[in-house]
Amino acid sequence: MVITVDRERCASSGQCALAAPEVFTQDEEDGRVVLLDENATGPEVRRAITGCPTQAIRST
Amino acid sequence: MRPLPTDRGTCPFDPPAGMADEPLSRVRLANGDDVWLVARHDLVRQVLGDTRFSSEIDGGFRDVPLHAVRPEPGMFIQMDPPEHTRLRRLLAGRFTVQRMHRLRPRIEQIVAERLDALERAPRPADLVAEFALPIPSLVICELLGVPYAERAEFQRAGAHLMSLTGSLEELEQSLMSLGGYLTELIARKRAEPGDGLLDDLLDSGLSDEELIGIAVLLLIAGHETTGNMLALGTLLLLQHPAQLALVRQSPETAKTAVDELLRYLSIVDVGMYRRASTDLELDGQVIREDEFVTCSLAAANRDPALLERPDELDVTRPKAPHVAFGFGPHQCIGQNLARLEMEIAYPALFRRLPGLRLAVPLEKVPFKNDMAIYGVHRLEVEW
Repeated sequence: MVITVDRERCASSGQCALAAPEVFTQDEEDGRVVLLDENATGPEVRRAITGCPTQAIRST
Repeated sequence: MRPLPTDRGTCPFDPPAGMADEPLSRVRLANGDDVWLVARHDLVRQVLGDTRFSSEIDGGFRDVPLHAVRPEPGMFIQMDPPEHTRLRRLLAGRFTVQRMHRLRPRIEQIVAERLDALERAPRPADLVAEFALPIPSLVICELLGVPYAERAEFQRAGAHLMSLTGSLEELEQSLMSLGGYLTELIARKRAEPGDGLLDDLLDSGLSDEELIGIAVLLLIAGHETTGNMLALGTLLLLQHPAQLALVRQSPETAKTAVDELLRYLSIVDVGMYRRASTDLELDGQVIREDEFVTCSLAAANRDPALLERPDELDVTRPKAPHVAFGFGPHQCIGQNLARLEMEIAYPALFRRLPGLRLAVPLEKVPFKNDMAIYGVHRLEVEW
């Protein structure tokens, strides 16, 4: 499983950084998602994916 | 045509009766407009996540008809991409999770000062005026960079603006005077920049009109929302002493409690409208171009498909993907600030005043049944 993020779709709501701070953080300038660990798994990652308001995070 | 449900009857903490009767139906607003009401979690996410449902709308409150607008400068809540995206990205860096962590000591200080003031106030004290409203107001001042000496004036203007019980003329008047103050504040900041959000935005290519629009929007969005959550959330927890004790005892539970209270109370329910920019299909139903849609966030957040036992308050449950802050590209930009304020304020209040209790029977508490943002007008407490 590999996580991908779509920074064009991202609305900088920070839900992923809140749910899984070891996997996602936010750009200091525009708040958009920065992926820290593309191989992460677990309930936090799933929560980040379902919680993203613009569905900018995928796991394939 | 049935009217938009508004009656909370004897269940002041539940969505208005009948709100979730149908997932998608036509209802009539108090102003006479007929709109689509969306009341199921997955459909609410679908509408709010699809920008073909345009946000360039005004009206819907009182007798003002819904209508498409060209958004006022800075009012990005009423904008569609790409303008919305441009403004939101300029601001979002100020609201990141990391930034909010850095604000924690200042918010803790503001909360402690308000608790001092509350303890000095004559009893019974009004928790709304002494605690719930001043906290977000002072935090927004801190964030925007409003000088200390002017915060009382700013708070008054904001509180006036938020008491939507006045006439439309009065409302416009207070918006004008707030706009006037902000114009002057920005001029002073241009001469001598400080370290607030407005100062940071001075060189970002925004016009003064856009800066003022942004400041007004952040003030409105960040003020009464959190204020109502603090007061109504406290009132709800006072009805559930075992749950309140959990919030008081554990910082981890205070965190999950915040999202559970947000979900359970959904103080912003209907009132965010969308307009179909083209013919669209929703749950097998065609929504015609130019028809208006509103979503019941409260109904969506009590949807059994979202979580088990949706009508039960459980402050220990893991955060559900609720829509109390909306969904899609317009989802609340200040939500992590709001969470932090609540996460600090609730347990601090319950620890400082372990004997906190209502000073009047629940039936005497004035609920805001008539307002866009739900809550209580006053909350008389003893301890």
